Amino acid sequence: MAVTVSIPTILRTHTGGEKAVEASGATVAEIIDDLEARHGGLKTRLVKEGTLHRFVNVYVNDEDVRFSGGLEAKVSDGDTVTILPAVAGG
Amino acid sequence: MLQIRRDLVDEMVAHARRDHPDEACGVIAGPEGTDRPERFVPMTNAARSPTFYEFDSAEQLRLYREMDGNDEVPVVIYHSHTATEAYPSRTDIALAGEPGAHYVLVSTRHPEDIELRSYRIVDGEVTEEPVEVVDSYLFSHTGADDVPDRG
Repeated sequence: MAVTVSIPTILRTHTGGEKAVEASGATVAEIIDDLEARHGGLKTRLVKEGTLHRFVNVYVNDEDVRFSGGLEAKVSDGDTVTILPAVAGG
Repeated sequence: MLQIRRDLVDEMVAHARRDHPDEACGVIAGPEGTDRPERFVPMTNAARSPTFYEFDSAEQLRLYREMDGNDEVPVVIYHSHTATEAYPSRTDIALAGEPGAHYVLVSTRHPEDIELRSYRIVDGEVTEEPVEVVDSYLFSHTGADDVPDRG
């Protein structure tokens, strides 16, 4: 299942500057593994100890996956996955 | 250096005052490649806290899609400190994810004396920069090359 993944500026060093790349998988976890296979170094920026980083937002279409299963959230053919670093601080 | 219109500075300060004692946050978007802040976008602080801020995640997705569609980037990312100085906290530095942005801090700890300062935060390194407030970008010079030679 092929999806388009939108990559934030700060992670584009891993994708040769590309804003959007293709990946395949049935869940967010599988998409991230596929991304890692194609663009090494991305996974550790997104996943820590088996869960998504607290301050990385991942969306499947319009849905923040934090509210729909996290890494286990389902992804379908043609979906858009968007990665955005949370804008946060103290 | 951050060059910014006076009305945008006023908007940030007004937002910070309005949300005090909670932290206020937002973006000023501008055309990609210009470094010119133009479109003021106040954001919801999903943390609603006097010591922390975080953009509401759904609002952030809408904003970033809008900016993508308009060929805009977040030229300024601002937030307020309500009890401390306008200097990035350790958390601000650890979480800064936009190396191209000017991080503007507004301190409302002294309501009669609002402090506003700007920084670059890249790879954990903070660099303060001067802020030049202008009435319009049209007539303001943007660098030494724009100053006519005197002979």
